[in-house]
Amino acid sequence: MALRIQQPGLMTTVQDEGRSDGYRVGMPPAGAMDKFAYRIANGLVGNPDGLAVLEATYLGPQVEFTEDTVFAVTGADMPATLNGEPLDAWASHTARAGDVLAFGFLKSGARAYVAVAGGIDVKPVLGSRSTYTLCGMGGFEGRPLVAGDLLSVGSGVDGTPGRRMDRDLVPAVSGAVELRVVVGLASYRVEPDSLAAFFETDWSVTPDANRVGYRYRGGSVEWVPRTQPRGAGSDPANVVDIGYPVGSIQIPGGSEPIALLNDAVTGGGYATIGTIISADLSVVGQSKTGDVTRFVPVSLEGALAARRDAAVRLERARASFSS
Amino acid sequence: MSASTAPAGTLYSHGGDEWIVVQLDEAMSLDVNLKAQVITRALADLDLPGVREICLSNASYMVRLDPDVVNPAALVEQLKEIEAQSTDFRSITLSTRIVDIPVLFEDEWTAATVKRFRDRHQRPDLTDLEFGAELNGFSTTDDFIDAMVSAPALISMIGFVPTVPWGYQLVPEDRQIEVPKYVRPRTFTPERAFGWGGAFSAIYPVDGAGGYQLFGLCPAPIVQPAQTLPDFRDSYTFPRPGDLFNYRKIERPEFDEVRARVEEGTFAYRIEELEFTPADWFARPDETVASMKELLYGA
Repeated sequence: MALRIQQPGLMTTVQDEGRSDGYRVGMPPAGAMDKFAYRIANGLVGNPDGLAVLEATYLGPQVEFTEDTVFAVTGADMPATLNGEPLDAWASHTARAGDVLAFGFLKSGARAYVAVAGGIDVKPVLGSRSTYTLCGMGGFEGRPLVAGDLLSVGSGVDGTPGRRMDRDLVPAVSGAVELRVVVGLASYRVEPDSLAAFFETDWSVTPDANRVGYRYRGGSVEWVPRTQPRGAGSDPANVVDIGYPVGSIQIPGGSEPIALLNDAVTGGGYATIGTIISADLSVVGQSKTGDVTRFVPVSLEGALAARRDAAVRLERARASFSS
Repeated sequence: MSASTAPAGTLYSHGGDEWIVVQLDEAMSLDVNLKAQVITRALADLDLPGVREICLSNASYMVRLDPDVVNPAALVEQLKEIEAQSTDFRSITLSTRIVDIPVLFEDEWTAATVKRFRDRHQRPDLTDLEFGAELNGFSTTDDFIDAMVSAPALISMIGFVPTVPWGYQLVPEDRQIEVPKYVRPRTFTPERAFGWGGAFSAIYPVDGAGGYQLFGLCPAPIVQPAQTLPDFRDSYTFPRPGDLFNYRKIERPEFDEVRARVEEGTFAYRIEELEFTPADWFARPDETVASMKELLYGA
């Protein structure tokens, strides 16, 4: 069984849960940007957790199934068709050999996921099948798919057609995005009024937004004047090079904050003012260029509560289609 | 909202719910990196539940954790206890290695990159090398290069992209070279570029974005996913925390010759095993460096 890529879409990669080891030598996790949609896609087709899927950004691919199989589409609202016939998202379907999955224009969100029974079977690199786009490692030949690619699909999963997630549990995606942030790290480097203003600013996602990070525009911050410490470099946005958490927000030069995401650099010399909580990373992954974004400060307790809520939502969604 | 005053000592900070960043000091020093090395090793030895990864940084370290297993706030308390237990960081002995790292300075590839991104630089009228020389009080770029190769660099952090080694030069603080990063990061840096940002040297293993001043190009790789070269048989990454990288200025013929050996799969780094006791270096820095170089290159 295989998937033949007739058209690749704008940016389609193989992704799974991502790498859980290697950050200490500079290897970011990669993995699906919207973990909720990714996990549901696998669940709908009857895959065990962790199998690899396709992640399609902005414009979906056109994919031929070489054999009979079961597949599901989740994530962004990007109307899917099978042989030209409309197809429900957040549900699993049977495909026959030669059937072609295609997508219409994106209506909302940014990334759609296609899971196939058995999972995309590329060779794992450092414990994961995820494509790490910044350095071209893992996934299918370390790169986004192109027309003509033939992707092997794993065997051993029969597939569960006809599953359907409860519609009420489809995450709401709109053009107004709120991302909760635990303030910290070098936030003391920003003037208090300026830091407060940061959280009151309507930031807009620039075209420079991808799996590595999202760059925003709409305001600027003022740094607290200081004599730069030894080793940091003279610019006020510089710090002695430090580790960057996934989701951390840095502001090189004081304008255009950057949220570092799944394929980002693991450390560097720009001051970071806080970190997007894990529960909201999927929300970033479904935001797109031009979307208005607010960063909302939250306590650690708030972040942990949001994490629990996200886990409950995932379990409820899974329970809605598997008995 | 946090206060805008600098932390008096160690700053423990939550990076969302899955990370803890511990800034041991705002300033870089050999002492603070040794402290980070000691604490991260002690933490690794404890093998605490919920600690997924421990990332050594220059004047800090970072923990990637699983909040479903360990409460991040409770883990911070444990980290504080570990810090309180460790006191003497100079009299440790690091079993490490010293490595010869050839560098072609002012090469054509980084020169083209430097030129391409002048609009993101503090001084568009100078090259990165001229800028670094002027800022550090050297009258010529050759003198500046001599200073960069005068003493090896302790690998104090690895990351950015896989295997980038941050190097902190083993010279007294008044001789430390320091340059700012670019005002806005470049979108491109050539593979194996040698650069400097803050007080740190670095090598870019692959093409990619970057903000360091670019001074040259290394002929030999520091990452090799194919693992065909002898130095990469056990791991696709070459640098290790605590390594001593001795940068050596080379000319184009040697660069081409090393490139050829890399291509044919026969290149191996010149490496010597070494027991490094920081206390020796603090007492006699120049003599200690001289004996390190003698070990690597012979008398």
